[in-house]
Amino acid sequence: MSGPNTSFDPVEVTPLRADQVEEMREQAFAAIAGATDLAELKQVRLDHAGDRSPLALANREIGALPPQARKEAGQRVGQARGAVQEALVARQAELEAQHEERMLVEEAVDVTLPTTRRRAGSRHPLTTLSEDIADVFIALGWEVAEGPVVEAEWLNFDALNLGPDHPARTMQDTLWTEPADHHVVLRTHTSPVQARTMLTRKPPIHVVCPGRVYRTDPYDATHSPMFHQVEGLVVDEGITMAHLKGTLDHFAAAMFGDGITTRFRPSYFPFTEPSAEVDLICWICRGVNSEECRTCRGEGWVEWGGCGVVNPRVLIACGVDAERFTGFAFGMGIDRTLMMRYAVADLRDLFEGDVRFSSAFGTEL
Amino acid sequence: MRAAVSWIRAVVPGLPADVTTAQLADRLTALGLKLEAIERPGHDITGPLVVGRVLSFEDEPQKNGKTIRWCSVDVGAANGTGEPQGIVCGAHNFAVGDLVPVILPGGVLPGNFEIAARKTYGHVSAGMICSARELGLGDDHAGIIVLPPDAGAPGDDVFDVLPLRDEVIEFEINPDRAYALSLRGVGREAALAYGVPFTDPADRPAPSSPSAAYPVEVEDPVGCPVFTGRSVTGFDPSAPTPDWMARRIQLSGMRPISLAVDVTNYVMLELGQPIHGFDRDKLAGPIVVRRAREGERLRTLDGVDRNLSVEDLLITDDSGPIGLAGVMGGETTELCETTTNIFIEAAHWDPVAIFRTERRHKLPSEASKRFERGTDPTIPLIAADRVAELLTTYGGGTVEDGVTSVGAAPARTAILIDAELPARVTGMDIPAATTVDNLRAVGCSVVEDGSSLSVTPPPWRGDITDPFDLVEEVARIVGYANVPSVLPPAAHGRGLTRSQRLRRRIGRTLAGEGYVEIVSFPFIGTKDLDALGLEDSDPRRTVLRLANALSSEEPSMTTTLLPGLLKAASRNAGRGASDLALFETATVTLPRATGPAPIFGVDQRPSDAQLDELDKALPAQPLHLGLVVAGERERPGWWGEGRAATWADAVEAVRRVAESVGVEVTVRAAARAPWHPGRCAEVMVGDAVLGHAGELHPRVCTAYGVPGRTAAAELDLSRLLEHAAAMVEAPGFSNFPLAKEDVALVVDASVSVADVEAALREGAGEYLESIRLFDVYTGPQVGEGKKSLAFALRFRAPDRTLTEEEAGAARDVAVRLAAERLGAVQR
Ligand SMILES: [Zn+2]
Repeated sequence: MSGPNTSFDPVEVTPLRADQVEEMREQAFAAIAGATDLAELKQVRLDHAGDRSPLALANREIGALPPQARKEAGQRVGQARGAVQEALVARQAELEAQHEERMLVEEAVDVTLPTTRRRAGSRHPLTTLSEDIADVFIALGWEVAEGPVVEAEWLNFDALNLGPDHPARTMQDTLWTEPADHHVVLRTHTSPVQARTMLTRKPPIHVVCPGRVYRTDPYDATHSPMFHQVEGLVVDEGITMAHLKGTLDHFAAAMFGDGITTRFRPSYFPFTEPSAEVDLICWICRGVNSEECRTCRGEGWVEWGGCGVVNPRVLIACGVDAERFTGFAFGMGIDRTLMMRYAVADLRDLFEGDVRFSSAFGTEL
Repeated sequence: MRAAVSWIRAVVPGLPADVTTAQLADRLTALGLKLEAIERPGHDITGPLVVGRVLSFEDEPQKNGKTIRWCSVDVGAANGTGEPQGIVCGAHNFAVGDLVPVILPGGVLPGNFEIAARKTYGHVSAGMICSARELGLGDDHAGIIVLPPDAGAPGDDVFDVLPLRDEVIEFEINPDRAYALSLRGVGREAALAYGVPFTDPADRPAPSSPSAAYPVEVEDPVGCPVFTGRSVTGFDPSAPTPDWMARRIQLSGMRPISLAVDVTNYVMLELGQPIHGFDRDKLAGPIVVRRAREGERLRTLDGVDRNLSVEDLLITDDSGPIGLAGVMGGETTELCETTTNIFIEAAHWDPVAIFRTERRHKLPSEASKRFERGTDPTIPLIAADRVAELLTTYGGGTVEDGVTSVGAAPARTAILIDAELPARVTGMDIPAATTVDNLRAVGCSVVEDGSSLSVTPPPWRGDITDPFDLVEEVARIVGYANVPSVLPPAAHGRGLTRSQRLRRRIGRTLAGEGYVEIVSFPFIGTKDLDALGLEDSDPRRTVLRLANALSSEEPSMTTTLLPGLLKAASRNAGRGASDLALFETATVTLPRATGPAPIFGVDQRPSDAQLDELDKALPAQPLHLGLVVAGERERPGWWGEGRAATWADAVEAVRRVAESVGVEVTVRAAARAPWHPGRCAEVMVGDAVLGHAGELHPRVCTAYGVPGRTAAAELDLSRLLEHAAAMVEAPGFSNFPLAKEDVALVVDASVSVADVEAALREGAGEYLESIRLFDVYTGPQVGEGKKSLAFALRFRAPDRTLTEEEAGAARDVAVRLAAERLGAVQR
């Protein structure tokens, strides 16, 4: 086979001499096989297939041969040159493949090296959960309504059937702004957005209102002066408590999984009548062997929020024809929903701004 | 409201015996009396706890001054031997032959107190004779309990004799169910829950008499529609409260005090009507019910001197105020250990007046809790009479014939409803007959006229005023559990608004840029603004103050998101994370000089103009974006060095945000707190300034305890979003070759890149496709106070290949303009 290439010493080849042509071809093959890299092969190509190679020169002489000899000689030299060319191409491909293989091996890296030059960012789970909740209702064809956090007393209370001396005003201790006789509060619930919606839109109304609310609650593991609620409101002809139940069952399943439904308990809110508190089937134990369950503490149910049929007095204050339309409304704590869904032990984690908290939730829930 | 199950059963004898407390509580919860907790007093005591008869004892004085009794007690066969039991006892309130409760060794008292025979005072005491407190029956531990002579035989179980064990349901009563703050109300609901008959304990004949029990004049019949009273004379103030009554009061969460006080509390618990007893001998002249006068004072039972408001309803006599009506009595006429003549007052008060007085004086009481929610105006006299009866039964004396009764319960107006309304509102199948039955079951009187019902609510249901209130009554009895689950007919919304979508996109963009979102409280104080280094005249110092702030340190609503972000950054740094990128989007509160927000009526919609006036009275509340970036923006590693966050990261973040919503912003140098005066960019859209970005002032970093060179930005998102292009036009683009021209210009160091770029852009003409600064050089080659800016200009024509000459000419015009305008010299 191939041995190391020695420097090539061209000899003259007579095209009429088959043995010489054959000899040249064999020499070329040997040189090609002996080329160990692409540079050597380049030299071999010049020596054996270049313009000044013996076979090329022999080829040139063919024209000067007598016509009867020309054909045979031409065939002989042509075949030899063709074979050499083929061998060169084959060897070229072989050497290129070898080269590439070696290069790829040499370029190998440790892919376990760290690659993160910049930490990932994240959104706050209250933001993303609010969006998720909104999306559940958007998918039902509802819209997202918004309103100011610093709100007029009339909208936060009076319009919602909470008169100036309503005992319920003490139920939600209010942060008032100065001067106190300006009748401006930090909204204590998202319900003023309900009122604003009814004041500005004509039924049918289907809105969901996630937002921030404030109360004079202490700041501890389960209370905060600032928290988040989502309010839902539907006003249309023929709306009933059954529609409320259907909507909340749908919402509960979207938030906590298939099969999680709600239970109503009679309750009292000035802005709804009848009113109910909403419990969820405990999504951890699903009411089976609840005694052991830490989420519902043996109840099989978990408190979720409040709801009811919109009190006609509220419809009237907001300019909705209470004879023709009925409505339902509900309100849930987003913080509470978040804490329940993700087993957040301390409410303060939501508001301390520790990057480890938000980061755990990523950009979408 | 706490109600002992034994008492509920006494009020509703028809309750099935096999109903457990948990079942009863569940049913009542389903009716609207929400279970808060079930307590089981006495269930932590285990026997043997038996009746013992004291056979003999010896009093033995001890060195410590005490005298103990060494008793021999017959406990029957309970001790297994039938022999008398030797027990040491510290009390002396019993005699030989008395029956006493004895707990024997092996028994356990509340608090997991295990009883064993033990050596004490030189004897082996085999058990204990128990006091009320030791058995969890009250506070009394002055002496042991002496059982009635007929309590049983020695060795009998004591549990049922006392009775020691009970169950108490604690309810959370909603404001509309004031009637359930009584056994009368809880019993009514319990009877309703099981469909058994209910005998109203208030269903007694009201006494009447031509003479008054005590002269009373009501000057304010609005505040006090009904005032009644009875008098008892010759009462024995030393008479004890019967055990059963003390026990019920105790289980209801109140403290037994004395027979006279206990009876008034007992009847309040029983009927829901608060009652006040006056020591009649301390009254001076007739009682007058009126509002307080300017400057009047009253010392209430709790010993507090109170300044009265002219709105406060008072009970007065010739001496002046003697009681804060419906809230708390006065000290001077209080029942005491010498009271023998009692005037019993039971009245109906205006809930609003009581509510205001209670709040004004911060004086919630068992009485005010009931009055402010509304009591039954028809039963004051019945309740007073019941008190008189109990007082004389257990404390002797006589009920005088006179009856004080001023005013009358206001008549209730009937509510008209369609019998189908409950079905229509709830979506449940509720036949008209069910509606009628259920309304009657809650005490309404119903007159049927076809499908129209005329419904008069019972006097104890002041909360029922509207047709929908009646719907709730019907629905809760039918049961909320029967409400079907049906999605409403499809809505036809248009999805999120553009602004809502863009806001989501901004958050995602920043998260993608490595920023972590936080949520912080909007409360700030002067200290926070001082730490930002704001000038006295800075408009951000004009804050909306809270009238009842939670913290005096942070009494106001913030005008900037930076304090919250910087505090969070500092907190993170303190917890070991000082390489930070944080952002927050929230509204800030910018007060404007306005009048008060109007209070409208509620019987019709306010006009658009009125609503406009309301909105104008509120502070401006624009949505802001704030961000801070500190420490390493990129980490060092095997790839090379890290990169510290700089002013440029803050500006870049703002640019990314603007870009994400399709708004082009420009920046220019600005000096504004809390930024470094030389490293602050004003962010603009057109001529409008929307915010600032850059490195913070070093003093601000120190003041907030954040890493040096922390950068920050704050932007008015509301206004940025106003500029967001509603529609983007698809670009047409040329595929002809690009012509590249690079230029290096030397300018004074003070000239801004933005100005140079603007000049080049303007001069380069219509074929300029892009311009980019790719190098800035300062040093000896350009001279002191100068800098060299290298720009890459890219030209392309829409319709042909630009020649080198054309591109070169455009570049030359651009350079010339920069030279003219800014003194730029091409290198
Ligand atoms: Zn559970």
